[in-house]
Amino acid sequence: MINNIKILYHQGKQYIPDVTKVEVPGVFRGRPEITNEIVDVNTLVELCPTAAIASNPVSIDLGKCTFCGECAFKFPNKIAFTKDYKISTNSRQGLIIKEGDVDPITLNPDLIRKEIYSIFGGSLKLRQVSAGGDNSCEWELNACGNVNFDMGRFGIEFVASPRHADGIVITGPITENMAEPLQICYDAVPDPKLIILAGTDAISGGIFADSPALNRSFLNKYKIDLYVPGNPVHPLTFINGVLELLKRT
Amino acid sequence: MDNYLVINNNQTVLLKDIPVLNYEDFLSLNTSFIDESTRHCVNYFAYKLHNKLKLICCIADDSNSTILLSSSEINVDETEYPSFTAKHLSFHIFEREIHENFGIKYSDHPWLKPVRFAYDRHDKNSTIDNYSFYQIDSEELHEVGVGPIHAGVIEPGHFRFICNGEQILHLEIQLGFQHRGIEQLFLNKTKLLQRTTLSESIAGDTVVGHTSTFVKLWESLCNYKADEDIQFARTLALELERIAIHTGDLSAISTDIAYQLGSSVFGRLRTPLINFFQIWCGNRLAKGLIRAGHSHFYFTKELAAQLENTLNAYEKDYSEMWNVFKELPSVLARLEKTGVVNLEQATAIGTVGMVAKASGLNRDIRASHPDNNYVDLKHEPITKRHGDVYSRTQIRNNEIEQSIEYIRKMLQNIPEETKERAPLSLPAPNSFCLSLTEGWRGEICHCAITDEKGDLMVYKIKDPSVHNWLALALAVRNNEISDFPVCNKSFNLSYCGHDI
Repeated sequence: MINNIKILYHQGKQYIPDVTKVEVPGVFRGRPEITNEIVDVNTLVELCPTAAIASNPVSIDLGKCTFCGECAFKFPNKIAFTKDYKISTNSRQGLIIKEGDVDPITLNPDLIRKEIYSIFGGSLKLRQVSAGGDNSCEWELNACGNVNFDMGRFGIEFVASPRHADGIVITGPITENMAEPLQICYDAVPDPKLIILAGTDAISGGIFADSPALNRSFLNKYKIDLYVPGNPVHPLTFINGVLELLKRT
Repeated sequence: MDNYLVINNNQTVLLKDIPVLNYEDFLSLNTSFIDESTRHCVNYFAYKLHNKLKLICCIADDSNSTILLSSSEINVDETEYPSFTAKHLSFHIFEREIHENFGIKYSDHPWLKPVRFAYDRHDKNSTIDNYSFYQIDSEELHEVGVGPIHAGVIEPGHFRFICNGEQILHLEIQLGFQHRGIEQLFLNKTKLLQRTTLSESIAGDTVVGHTSTFVKLWESLCNYKADEDIQFARTLALELERIAIHTGDLSAISTDIAYQLGSSVFGRLRTPLINFFQIWCGNRLAKGLIRAGHSHFYFTKELAAQLENTLNAYEKDYSEMWNVFKELPSVLARLEKTGVVNLEQATAIGTVGMVAKASGLNRDIRASHPDNNYVDLKHEPITKRHGDVYSRTQIRNNEIEQSIEYIRKMLQNIPEETKERAPLSLPAPNSFCLSLTEGWRGEICHCAITDEKGDLMVYKIKDPSVHNWLALALAVRNNEISDFPVCNKSFNLSYCGHDI
């Protein structure tokens, strides 16, 4: 007993007091900024492993980006990844960062369904479906609930059954072999319900985009409520994205 | 001339130098190799060559750091071949894969079931939803199906239990839900950065393990020797990954026995370790850190000082928690004698890594086939005897302590950054290369074959989980079904690494 109390005392307070403002340590690669400098665009476009970079104007699609940072290493005056981890948004187009864009990434309030705040504003239970995920996003989604990030304090939690859930969080590029279980899981969630795509693989297929082993037809059928980019998603990106989605608009 | 070729870890040889035997000789040679417990199969695979199927078998000999290669060419027709598996169970998964992908028939394979329902499998009528599970007809027994989607935030796989009341008689594990066709993508995607990105995604919890295996193999194919500072960083990252994941596993084991304090404390102790990866390379799981022939992230003296502080703070809190955990009767009651794999089973299955070592089978690439800084570290693997959940938990504790010691030793002698690096040339044509790495789960093996132009023609990935899943299925027999989660967590096997 005494030993347990000692451990608690030594651990102190581990939670991040304000997850919306905390600074991440080190050289985190978050929201990129692209300057108007003239560079060899063909080389830049060719460099990207997932064709996330387009030309005219030069842009980076965060839904395809693996955040490897290779473009910023080769063209440091053109591209820089900032430490801004608030990169979730609710429109696919909103993930494309163009030359000169320096504004924070926000959610488009017109695309947020009205019932989201009224029904889920105080409590949101999510069912996670890994559909070919490499266990890195799954890891970080688990970390969202640990004592450091403590997503539970906002009433946001992952639950065991789709019957108890208000929506699903998909990770991975959606393999052919997971297409049916994903559909069954989604159908089992009661209406109204959300769909969140977590990670580059889920949003665009990422490095697997043209693999013959995928079946992404599920995504053509439904509106996506939130895109959370990352490889894997950072817990702060996920938590802030969901908090923005649940805000009164 | 010998009927097999002897190579070392990370060695490139000409494909034509691997002797081609007739199937009977090939079978008796490789199965007789395995009669020695110091030898085991690290990879056995097939690929189409003209109208035939080429089989390549790679046996590691732990006693002298070598790998023994041999091959055979067989017809793809209605012929039934005798299986390796009938002589040694440890080949079962490789022959199942060959059967599933190419339709090769075996006359005496005891368990010829699909492995992962690859998109390019031979029999397209065999699908993941018509898999035939083993059944026992009895009024006293019942079946429990779990998955593919599990209660927690984890990867998908299906577990089918046959139970007598609360007791598990039989467990069958059906995988393949995570199949992304990675081996084919390695051939389709021709840029080195694309292939490196793919290797970072084989198993996102073993980024350092799989990526360093790929880059070692690639550098060997290009006849390139990595500079000392790069070798140093790879070794350091591998040990740091081991500490981080083992710590997370201790948290997960605590969760599964409802020990809240352990779950929270071990869980939060992982955070500064993976945050150190972010400080070093911008990614908590070390994606971006390891690159063939160069590195964007030199390990500086400042980073070393930071890591030392991180480890000092970690160690104090970690040992305080572990010392309470390891003596708590309610913890031990759940972990001891649960999910046992004995040495005989571990050897027959061909287990590797932590699972093998917990059952007393000394298998660790860092000691048997060392490269990078492991040559100087002179690693001595830690083994246990009981093969239960507690042994696998203890292994993690011991390996955490050992890895901290290795890192501290390495930090005393940080190599200078090489400013001018030699450029990578192109891979050698008509070659075969094999690379082994001891990831935190166990032995990772990648093999590559290049064609006459030096392009990749075959890329084979073997995660340690490929060997170990069967051990989990056998370990839970006669246990209560309520102990399954903690058994599963004590193995912590990879779904995506298996399904690739």
